[in-house]
Amino acid sequence: MLTYIIRRLLYAIPILIGVNLLTFALFFMVNTPDQMARVQLGEKHVTEADIEQWKAERGYDQPLFINSEAEGAGTFTQTIFFEKSIKLLAFEFGKSDEGRSISADIVERMWPSLAVSIPTFIVGILVNICVALLVVMFRATSFEVAAMALCVMLLSISPVFYVIGGQFFFAKLWSLVPISGYLAEEPWRFVILPVIVGVIAGIGAGTRLYRTVFIEEANKDYIRTARAKGVPELTVLFRHLLPNGMIPVLTSVVVIIPSLFMGSLLVESFFGIPGLGSYTLDAINAQDFAIVRSMVFLGSVLYIIGLLLTDISYTLVDPRVKLS
Amino acid sequence: MIKPVILWSDVLIYLLVISVVAFLIQLRKRPQTRERWRSVFTSKVGMVSFVVIAFYVLVALLDSLHYREALPPSGEGEQTTAYSSEVKSVLDVVLHNLHDSNEKTYSAPFAIYSFAKENLEADDGSIYRDYPRLEHAGKHLADASEQTFDILWRTLVALMTGLIIAGVLIALHKFVMRGGRDADGIPWKAAYITIAILSMFTCWVIQLSEFYHVMGTNKVGADVMYSSIKAIRTGVLIGTLATMVTLPFAIVLGISAGYFKGLVDDVVQYLYTTLSSIPSILLIAASVLLVDVYIETNAADFNLTILRSDFKFLALCAILGLTSWTTLCRLLRAETLKVSQLEYVQAAHAFGVSHTNIIKRHILPNVTHIILIALVLDFSMFVLAEALLSYIGVGVDPSMHSWGNMINAARSELSRDPFVWWPVISAFLLMFTLVLAANLFSDEVRNAFDPRTVKEGN
Repeated sequence: MLTYIIRRLLYAIPILIGVNLLTFALFFMVNTPDQMARVQLGEKHVTEADIEQWKAERGYDQPLFINSEAEGAGTFTQTIFFEKSIKLLAFEFGKSDEGRSISADIVERMWPSLAVSIPTFIVGILVNICVALLVVMFRATSFEVAAMALCVMLLSISPVFYVIGGQFFFAKLWSLVPISGYLAEEPWRFVILPVIVGVIAGIGAGTRLYRTVFIEEANKDYIRTARAKGVPELTVLFRHLLPNGMIPVLTSVVVIIPSLFMGSLLVESFFGIPGLGSYTLDAINAQDFAIVRSMVFLGSVLYIIGLLLTDISYTLVDPRVKLS
Repeated sequence: MIKPVILWSDVLIYLLVISVVAFLIQLRKRPQTRERWRSVFTSKVGMVSFVVIAFYVLVALLDSLHYREALPPSGEGEQTTAYSSEVKSVLDVVLHNLHDSNEKTYSAPFAIYSFAKENLEADDGSIYRDYPRLEHAGKHLADASEQTFDILWRTLVALMTGLIIAGVLIALHKFVMRGGRDADGIPWKAAYITIAILSMFTCWVIQLSEFYHVMGTNKVGADVMYSSIKAIRTGVLIGTLATMVTLPFAIVLGISAGYFKGLVDDVVQYLYTTLSSIPSILLIAASVLLVDVYIETNAADFNLTILRSDFKFLALCAILGLTSWTTLCRLLRAETLKVSQLEYVQAAHAFGVSHTNIIKRHILPNVTHIILIALVLDFSMFVLAEALLSYIGVGVDPSMHSWGNMINAARSELSRDPFVWWPVISAFLLMFTLVLAANLFSDEVRNAFDPRTVKEGN
């Protein structure tokens, strides 16, 4: 088990290097440091000296990959690629183009993200499982047909409309909660609406997924045997089907857990929550690539951890699976 | 005189139509696949959603025939004709009433008075503030009280016209089909009803838009119905083109990884794990920003606004496609691994059949169902993604009609008082219909082609 985990973590290194190379190419090959400086300083009244100074302050005045002026290891270390990309591998995020420490920003903004994403995640799963079980209970009735038709409809609505609708009805028309914003003193008032919107927006897809899982489980022999023995339907559902059906559900859920840190990019920016998601989107709009690179890297690290956790959770819930 | 304008996206979409026709002709040779497709159309849901999608595609195709009108000659002895810089499409001819009837600013659906008060001059010369009559909507009415009756009467006429047109189409279809197979189990009745409804709706929109703004007007006074119909092209094209971009990557890489194994497999796996571990929205946003930079530095190549927005649009399709081939690739790799272990493939190896032939004859036909299912599933995903991306400002060009841009404008409109609800509802309805139809159709395709569901059905 331990060797497996170590091997997987080693395997993650080339992937992270690949991610770094890709983002580096995207941001520096096409968009030169000169252009970045112009965007940051404003197009007008910028002298060459201003640009040089901006680049020197942020360490963009070095060559991209190979520094022929430096000696020894400096040929490779005194370059933009090493300073800006390789150091990410050691979680040294450095400073944003505005000069703030990115790590400090991440720690500060992590909490609002978690405040929204954890309740959305937990309530969402509970609601989806309940609805899916209900649908399975009324298998082959008109209730199932109606519920599945409703799911397809919910699935066909753009997430944007859920946000607009939620803000319009709950916040504007009925004035139950604030439209957007966030106060660290009483976060719950600002978190309720994003959570409700997030849960409702996920019902369509979630219910369909879990229903398939449960139906696959319901077709297995032990369920048929239980039914044949005359076990009441409710007992079959809650004592036999649910615990066994939870295995695939749990394993599919584990992969999401690390990404909770990142929060939802969209929900956060729509509701004005100062989390990591809106941090990233703001950085994209301001073309602050130092932040975007750090967040892309962090996102990939979390994704790889998620995959690893999924594999480990397989062994925990199903003793037959052996990792080697 | 008109001068045709051929945009790159127009070329691609018509090439796509030609390849679909070629695919249908080829289908005649494959009775098994034809039976599968037939089973898609024997379900009422499949048939109805297909008709709706076909209607959207038709609108998109009409909107993909662009031209520029000649300007009236300015002098006597002028030899060369100048052309208007405005690029129109065939759809604009059909919707000319909607296109030409701009008001000053917002007006509600079917309103004949403006949404905002203005300074007006009374007969005696004094100035007062009131809602002015609209310039185009309801100008044929002598008295505002006639409005309700007028709308009802025109609606009735429009619906009857629509019904007659649908009737002619259906009769034509019946006449053509009479010589062919009969009672083939295809629910023609459901298709006829859908066609009738669509035809009645189209007639209603065209006829009433001559006298009113059916869905009101937006901030700059343009007809909302017009913008949301023009957005159909963007939605349909982004769905189809982005899906087409994913296909070559997913098929070539997925099948070669599963078939050749070893080093090829390692490289492909590395590629898709790396790509999919980057949060896709970041990757898309970054690439779109880069395209913006490219357009700015090469501004001379994009002298018409529509050329710029078309290039940006195609780039967006490519970016969306390039960032989402990984799922299909993974599925194809797994399936190819399974298929290439089968005995007849091993036998083909033993006989010395070349790799290309094995892949063409044995592997590809056995993974087609996965490709097809992914194809129809991705379509609605891309339509939704466009709206989302345009909403956060990294989608299509703001000058292009798209549902995402309409929704983006709704952000400020809904906070007005009294609120402006019609643009967002209009975008919602047209987008919802397309995505719902696509989702229902893809469900039917999956039922027909997925071997697992076939087993369950038996």
